[in-house]
Amino acid sequence: MDVIDLARWQFGITTVVHYFFVPFTISMAFLVAIMETAWIRTGDERWLKLTKFFGKLLLINLAVGVVTGLVQEFQFGLNWSDFSRFVGDIFGAPLAMEALLAFYLESVFVGVWIFGWGRIPPKIHLATIWVTACATLLSAYFILAANSFMQNPVGYEINEEAGRAELTDIWAVLTNKVTLVTFPHTIMAAIMVGGGVVAAVAMWHLLRGNRDPSLAEPGAPSDAAPFRSALRIGAAAVLIGGVGTAVTGDIQGKIMTEVQPMKMAAAEALYETEQPAPFSLFTVGTLDGSEALYSIEVPQLLSFLSTGSFDGAVQGINDIQQEYEEIYGPGDYAPNIPVTYWTFRFMIGAGGLAAAIAAWQLWSTRRGRVPTSRWALRATLILPVLPLAANTFGWIFTEMGRQPWLVFGLMPTASGITPGSTSASVLATLSVFTVLYAGLTALWIWLLVKHARPGLPDVSAEAAWGRRHSGGGGGGGGAGAGAGSDDQDVDGESADRESTERESGDDDADRPLIFAY
Amino acid sequence: MELVTVWFVLVAVLWVGYLALEGFDFGVGMLTRRFAHDDRERRVLINTIGPVWDGNEVWMITAVGATFAAFPEWYATAWSAYYLPLAAILVALILRGLAFEYRAKHDSDSWRRRWDGVIFLGSAAPAFLWGVLLAGFAQGLPLDARHDFVGGLGDVFTPYTLLGGVVTLALSLLHGTHYVALKTVGELRTRARALSGRLAAPTALAIAGFVVWTVTQRDTGSVTWAAWLAGAVAVAFVVGGHRIIADGREGWAFVTSFVAVAAVGAALFGALYPDVLPSTADAAGTLTVDNASSTDYTLTVMTWVAVPFVPVVLAYQSWVYWTFRRRIGVQHITSP
Repeated sequence: MDVIDLARWQFGITTVVHYFFVPFTISMAFLVAIMETAWIRTGDERWLKLTKFFGKLLLINLAVGVVTGLVQEFQFGLNWSDFSRFVGDIFGAPLAMEALLAFYLESVFVGVWIFGWGRIPPKIHLATIWVTACATLLSAYFILAANSFMQNPVGYEINEEAGRAELTDIWAVLTNKVTLVTFPHTIMAAIMVGGGVVAAVAMWHLLRGNRDPSLAEPGAPSDAAPFRSALRIGAAAVLIGGVGTAVTGDIQGKIMTEVQPMKMAAAEALYETEQPAPFSLFTVGTLDGSEALYSIEVPQLLSFLSTGSFDGAVQGINDIQQEYEEIYGPGDYAPNIPVTYWTFRFMIGAGGLAAAIAAWQLWSTRRGRVPTSRWALRATLILPVLPLAANTFGWIFTEMGRQPWLVFGLMPTASGITPGSTSASVLATLSVFTVLYAGLTALWIWLLVKHARPGLPDVSAEAAWGRRHSGGGGGGGGAGAGAGSDDQDVDGESADRESTERESGDDDADRPLIFAY
Repeated sequence: MELVTVWFVLVAVLWVGYLALEGFDFGVGMLTRRFAHDDRERRVLINTIGPVWDGNEVWMITAVGATFAAFPEWYATAWSAYYLPLAAILVALILRGLAFEYRAKHDSDSWRRRWDGVIFLGSAAPAFLWGVLLAGFAQGLPLDARHDFVGGLGDVFTPYTLLGGVVTLALSLLHGTHYVALKTVGELRTRARALSGRLAAPTALAIAGFVVWTVTQRDTGSVTWAAWLAGAVAVAFVVGGHRIIADGREGWAFVTSFVAVAAVGAALFGALYPDVLPSTADAAGTLTVDNASSTDYTLTVMTWVAVPFVPVVLAYQSWVYWTFRRRIGVQHITSP
């Protein structure tokens, strides 16, 4: 492997692994925010238990997502310095905006959420998780704007003298039509990930209680009702995400056909232009343009997916290759066809199967039912993996489908590499990051499973804190409701403070903590 | 003031903010080793920075992002030149970030001990290496005419940059000690005060040596007097902080080490300006605020983003420090 391959593997591995954690964080932050909202609004403790339970999974994931994100900020300088020089005038702006507008919000407010239990009013605590969740969306938007520039460069002009692309219209970059469709597609796909985890974990707990009642003693029976709610919320998220991903993916396919026809042709391994074009379900063979050994096709479907009409012409790889040679000079302009062909299919297959399982879960738990079959247990086990796989395949498809371009039509991948970089140093960091990321992923899975297994946590301290601030909503102190709530808060605080002071002799010490690392 | 100068100042402020904020949580991380006597004390230390360390780290990410947006050539050259030490920093920060969250997620002594080792090394290594890399800017690196790095590790790790590393390491430790004195009760607080007294003199000495070396090796002359002044302020505040904490005013002691970090940063970036990365090989390779910068249009756009949002960030981050202002001690750490 030469240094370019090594650098690409490094970027690929670190980014793909980082993206295991990103959609998990985005979706789980919203799901936990919804659960906490339900608790604040109803005062029902089962929502508080679910918030704490899934909040812990969120934090296990968020930690590894945050730290692997650090590498992303430097990647373009480490191995791709000529890329940074060429597009930095444009590409750096959304990255800086992401840091300033999104990362601060996310990192600062999630810290308050983690440590705020019992220390700030519950409503403010609730606000911090919503801020965190919304910040993940902002972050995704800016990063997708940067990525979309690489797929479909807009709002720039080439400065020949400086040898770089220069920004002429930031608004064009931020409203790139590829960004506008990729953002909802990405978010919808992300929602499936957290939904899948919540639904699967909840279903596993329900099934465990149902299949082996002895395990459910003594605390577990009371967990059934909250896990039931969680199951339905998670399954609904997967289903909504699945439908949303399909709808936005359909629009995205048409835009891709327009701005990156080669990628669409590569997704289908469609060598010759066809009108109408069939959609290939799968192929046994080499995908090199020769006759396939065996394949199943749906007539006219590709025409519809790419053009919106069942009779539309879809350009084949060979025609686009010829066209590009005229524009860009001699070269090979087709991406790796087996990779694009199969990742595209795995993406759709995994996402579709996840949505189908979620639909079945909703159906099989209607009106108080709980499935007990062994198949239900098996479906539970693969449900969290499927949306994650679909997200991963989708990114591998879209980035591999961009090849051989780093910035489509402007910069070939090989031109973006750091000029002085040597195979030895890239291999060294590639090895370190690969081993490290493999370890992190193993640790992540192990901790998630470990903390998903026990039943719902004890939340008496948090519940007391909630009651103190809501003026006795859950506890029955009706007299404290409304205007009395402030007084009650002050009483509670001073009582806590007194006991701390007696112990420590420090007048500015904190109240006893509900949560500490 | 020209936009490139505004952005140079902003990048410098972001780096200084990073060193002054993450600096103390690096310091606290280093103190978990010997300074804390048992697991409870270690947990007290970790909990003092628990709500804030991640937000502190974003200052670095934003400094890097702002460099990319405003000075793409600086971003491209610096991070490819610093390839291996930067990778080491990233590995350290990755493991350290996980350690805070994961050490409590499994109940086993050996598990906690390992993560404690990570917290110590993951705090000490970046605190030192960032100083080396930032000092490298002021020292300059061998660059060719198209600004590509043509040297090796020996050009990054020199006596001067190593001294820079010692300065950030010592300052982070001192700053962290003041933070612990400010945020804890009981024995930890007393011990932190005493430790601060022992750290002040060597830290002041390292700073003085570093500032003299910085200003004398940089003869651009433009803002030399400001660099001298900043260096003097840094030394004076470290020495003064020692007296202030002896009087029991920990809040003000923390302010003095904060100012000292900021002043060292000001001396460094002040001596660097108007270069951003001087070349020690081909003089044509020197990157300045002019030849490393983005277009005026990009800088204008980014200015419109920064002007309203930097104060907002400062406001809510300050609010978090206010929210978690109270001291904690071993009595707050209940379960083992």
